[in-house]
Amino acid sequence: MLTVEFALGAGGFAAGDMLVQLVVFLILLALLKKYAFGPLMGIMKQREEFIANEINAAEEKHAEAKKLAEEQRELLKQARIEAQELVENAKKLGEQQKEDIIQAARAEAERLKEAAKKEIEHEKEQAVAELRNQVASLSVLIASKVIEKELNEAEQEKLINDYIKEVGEQL
Amino acid sequence: MGHEAPIVKLLGLEFNLSNILMILVSSAIVFIIAVLSTRSLAMKPTGMQNFLEWVMDFVKNIINSTMDWQTGGRFLTLGMTLIMYIFVSNMLGLPFAIVVDHKLWWKSPTADPTITLTLAILVVGLSHYYGIKLKGFSAYGSDFFKPLPFLFPLKIIEEFANTLTLGLRLYGNIYAGEILLGLLVSLATSGAFGFIGAIIPMMAWQAFSIFVGAIQAFIFTMLTMVYMAHKVSHDH
Repeated sequence: MLTVEFALGAGGFAAGDMLVQLVVFLILLALLKKYAFGPLMGIMKQREEFIANEINAAEEKHAEAKKLAEEQRELLKQARIEAQELVENAKKLGEQQKEDIIQAARAEAERLKEAAKKEIEHEKEQAVAELRNQVASLSVLIASKVIEKELNEAEQEKLINDYIKEVGEQL
Repeated sequence: MGHEAPIVKLLGLEFNLSNILMILVSSAIVFIIAVLSTRSLAMKPTGMQNFLEWVMDFVKNIINSTMDWQTGGRFLTLGMTLIMYIFVSNMLGLPFAIVVDHKLWWKSPTADPTITLTLAILVVGLSHYYGIKLKGFSAYGSDFFKPLPFLFPLKIIEEFANTLTLGLRLYGNIYAGEILLGLLVSLATSGAFGFIGAIIPMMAWQAFSIFVGAIQAFIFTMLTMVYMAHKVSHDH
């Protein structure tokens, strides 16, 4: 008994203490679980889930942003190609129009030239025809004058010359 | 020391009133700390909540180092209660001791083997309970005959040895610390010269006792989880 007293210290061995310690500890355990550790574990779990969700959301957003950027790049590329095409087309069209206008102008000029030529020809023919008519009538006139007047050769010559001159002046 | 314990007899059982007082005080302090820490829980932890979460992570690490979280998660509350209760109990005897009529009232409850052995028996008992619950009775029973059948007696002795060493290690450390503190106090009160001589070792020993108290709380929790893991895990 002495050794037991020594080993177990001044307090001795009280069986009731075991019971009290056991009961109090279990009560403490239950109370802590209910009022402290339970809620704490809950909030820690909640935080864990929150963080996991946030990470997921961030990853999703990142992927989406990447996709959008890719799309934008694609669009930009397409737009650039389209713009180039437009410019090319416009250039081609302009060239075409220029060519057409020149062609038309040339044709018009040709036509005008042709028309003027024809006019000149026509005028000339008319003038010649008129001249011919006048020459005929003059010839008749001259013949009648010659017949009217019995003139000598010299006078006749002079007369003809005068008439020709007259005609020349008239023409 | 030589102080007597205030013992009363009730229904054939002896009750050490000082132990009961100190058990209640420790439990109350632990409960108050825990409830104050978790009074205003928030996703962004502040102040005391940080402290309790740190403790929880600490115990989680202890459990994770001995078994997988699937089986070990259920022991988190037990581990946290143990580590906080034992730490607070170890600290209680450090600043002062109260003696009334040659009876020691205020001390560390863990400086009494009855208390520490009760905790040890509780832990070992729980390990057997969870061993049967999680593995089934036949697997639990066959563990006593592994790795070799003739080691069975040793296995039985091991269980009792575990209980005894778990409880007495804690008791021995704390009780020794308190005895030395008591001796230094009696030296300090012996006279002016004794007071000056005692003050430096007193401070040193109290600091060391704080360290020992924290270490012992950690060791007790660690060993609890080791014994649990030994009983509940399938692979050895």
